[in-house]
Amino acid sequence: MKMVTNAAGREVPAEINGNSAVPFKGVGKHRPEGSKYGPPIPTCIDYPDDNNKVIGSLREALERCGLRDGMTISTHHHMRDGDLINNQVFDIAHEMGVKDLVWLPSASFPCNDPVIKYLEDGTVNRIEGSMNGPLGRFVSGGGMKGMAVLRSHGGRVQAIQDGEVKIDIAVLTAPSADSFGNAKGTGGPSAGGVLGYAKADYMFADRVIIVTDNLVELPCFPMEIEGNYVDFVVVVDKIGIPEKIVSGTTQITKSPDRLLIAELTATFLEKSGLLHDGATMQAGAGGTSLAIAVYAHQILRKKGWKFRLGFGGSTKYMVQMLEEGQMGYILDAQAFDLDSVRSAEVNPNHIPYPVYNAYNYHSKGNLTAMMDIMILGATEIDTGFNGNVVTHSDGLLLHGIGGWQNCLHARNVIIPLPLFRDRIPVIVDRVTTLCGPGELIDVIVTERGIAINPRRQDLIDAVKGKGLPLVSIEELKSIAERICGKPEKVSFDERVVAAIKWVDGTVIDAVHQVRK
Amino acid sequence: MTQGVAITGNSGPKVRSDIEVKLEITDSGGVSVEVNSKVKSMYGKAIESQCRSVLDFYEIRNARLVIEDSGALPFVISARMEAAVRQLTGTRREFLPDMLPENAYSSSAQRFRFSRLYLPGNSPGMFINAGLHNPDGIILDLEDSVALAKKDDARILVRNALRSVDFYGAERMVRINQGERGMEDLDYLIPHNVHLVLIPKCETAMSLKAVDARIEMIRDRYGLKEPVFLMPIIESALGVENAFDIATASENVVAMAIGLEDYTADLGVQRTKEGAESHYARNRIVVASKAAGIQPIDSVFSDVGDMDGLLANVLSSKAMGFEGMGCIHPRQVPVIRQGFAPAEEEIEKARKIVLAFRDATAKGLGVVSLGSKMIDPPVVARAEKTINLSLLLGLIPSNWDEETISEK
Repeated sequence: MKMVTNAAGREVPAEINGNSAVPFKGVGKHRPEGSKYGPPIPTCIDYPDDNNKVIGSLREALERCGLRDGMTISTHHHMRDGDLINNQVFDIAHEMGVKDLVWLPSASFPCNDPVIKYLEDGTVNRIEGSMNGPLGRFVSGGGMKGMAVLRSHGGRVQAIQDGEVKIDIAVLTAPSADSFGNAKGTGGPSAGGVLGYAKADYMFADRVIIVTDNLVELPCFPMEIEGNYVDFVVVVDKIGIPEKIVSGTTQITKSPDRLLIAELTATFLEKSGLLHDGATMQAGAGGTSLAIAVYAHQILRKKGWKFRLGFGGSTKYMVQMLEEGQMGYILDAQAFDLDSVRSAEVNPNHIPYPVYNAYNYHSKGNLTAMMDIMILGATEIDTGFNGNVVTHSDGLLLHGIGGWQNCLHARNVIIPLPLFRDRIPVIVDRVTTLCGPGELIDVIVTERGIAINPRRQDLIDAVKGKGLPLVSIEELKSIAERICGKPEKVSFDERVVAAIKWVDGTVIDAVHQVRK
Repeated sequence: MTQGVAITGNSGPKVRSDIEVKLEITDSGGVSVEVNSKVKSMYGKAIESQCRSVLDFYEIRNARLVIEDSGALPFVISARMEAAVRQLTGTRREFLPDMLPENAYSSSAQRFRFSRLYLPGNSPGMFINAGLHNPDGIILDLEDSVALAKKDDARILVRNALRSVDFYGAERMVRINQGERGMEDLDYLIPHNVHLVLIPKCETAMSLKAVDARIEMIRDRYGLKEPVFLMPIIESALGVENAFDIATASENVVAMAIGLEDYTADLGVQRTKEGAESHYARNRIVVASKAAGIQPIDSVFSDVGDMDGLLANVLSSKAMGFEGMGCIHPRQVPVIRQGFAPAEEEIEKARKIVLAFRDATAKGLGVVSLGSKMIDPPVVARAEKTINLSLLLGLIPSNWDEETISEK
């Protein structure tokens, strides 16, 4: 395979699954050309006079959409680990004898592991999307025929919009829909809150199938998917297992060490002045992020301050701020727990906000760039502040990129991390897989000190002499190695099993097959 | 030499940062090592070579070794290996990891002992970050938190931790076992800069003196210069009756703690939240300690989820005269510290009194008064204690007595 060296010094494939690829050129260096992708022009004369698009079964819908070898099928992950539909698409394809499909999920979950058998028997050629758990292990071991392409949530909608990926059929589950195909994330037995990942799929796919277990009277309002983009509506008994769609409740970490890191992060936010009246913020649903949100909430309450807005994935801790007056608005792409689902349904200041609008780098602005405080995670950070989120240090693919790369464009990116996990140092010489360039990562908070990127002299000045345990990133690395010992260098096979895309569609790194 | 397989350490899906060693000494064929580890791709070779160097040290040339590792740090690996070799050979030679230079600090009799964090002595995963939670003391426990079958393993692990783990300035404490096993614990641990020994179920001055004498012997043998302090734990009716004798049995006794689970069992009553059944004993410990000039330390609060309950408990302890409490979870540390620290009004009052006293002394007045109130010498003494404590805890700046600040 022909490899080229990109601007980050990483060897990346010049060609991915038969298509030429653009190597990463640097942050903000790649300028796209041409027009957005346009799906074929439809006409309403092809649709029923009464606009009732309900059809008997998913199989019938797929057949009428012309499912055949080599097609690209997109799905979204709003049913999360409770999804009952996505795997069925491939069951049906297998029954029909269709081969070499490309699956473009917005994310996959452990419930999607059965797809492995279709990767093995050739029904599916490859997955372009996140890979977790057994699926990640399968791909890392070289089990997949095609090359995986990993994109951020924003990179996915950019690729769809720009025509890098052409979706033949989008199969979109919806907790509520009407017979015309209008759909939303609330209501019904499988309410998931918000359908923030569906927009690019329904706008740019050639064919769109909505699958729901809650057919409502026209109009399904407020619609997040608009019926005039929809080909068929399939009504089934159940699209998801409710307790797995959202966690009943997201929990802050119970680990005393993680709580210590969270507390230190909140103290940093306060002493640096990043936390102030009217600030904007985003934090994930991980236990440490949630704890930081709780501590930040306490500071806001004490000072009488308020976040102007928070960007979801929403959690009950954001909802508490919204309801108690410490947050003006929640803009939301997905709801993580039942409190968020309820809030999204009833609170007019809890606003569904599609990923297509928030994270798309090839659009007229970028919501994440307006965030003052961005709390993210990572599996590794290197001494150049570069970050890895998809592989562990042993090279196994175990996480998707999610919105991580998109969120790096926030004003202040803060990554709280334990300095080592069991024996494995998190701060390394060179990240195993480069997912985000160090120039976008500002602060690393660990239980053994805070390292600020030397590029952020303003932040260094802001916290100088304020009693925070400031250290250099090199010191953090040597503390970890002193405790854990210096790890061996892991070597990989030559074969590239996955390409990592940057937010602008260029290739930032490649993942190699792990040695047996 | 014992035949058979020695198994030390722990493995299993829930175990982290530990290692299980299965060692069998054979007659021939050299040493075979099988390493199963979730960090194998990064530390597999390091683990194997460390294990081999332990076997070399004990001159074991033929053995079958199987390792199940869950990310153990090097000091854990060598402790588990040594324990396995000891089980099979009965050797008394010690395979000691390097003493970290930062572990050479010393303690003092008067230092604060508000919070002291218990670490189960055979659970190495909790050791490495314990000091980061900033307790006044770390207790490596060999007694109640270690199962009988694991006592030998734990002793070696704790010894290695005393050498290889940085507790970031916390007072380095160990709780030994009761009776003869506890005496042997001392032989293993005292040479490795133990600051303080907790003596469980201490009932008589004699038993405390025995521990003290054993420590003296070890200090002599190793030429240790720093004292080793003692904290007897009173856990029985007899212990309570002998509290003052115990507190004054040695000049190394710096604090005395009460253990209420065992005490209430000894009385044959239930331990209640209100604590009427232990009121006398707690008061007695406080009075005996104060009379002996040492710190009285309260029992642990066992509901780790109830921080409000803990704070209320600390405040009532402090009101009784206790100067510290045990912690069984790191999150209890800041609550206990906050509870024992002087409150804002208390500091402000003490500041006024001390300033008034200085003012009177400067003017050569024999009587100190604040407003229209006369201040007695013991009140001044207590106020000075509060100010010193606040200074040490960083609650007030070192220039607290400057005019601009006292005008607040």
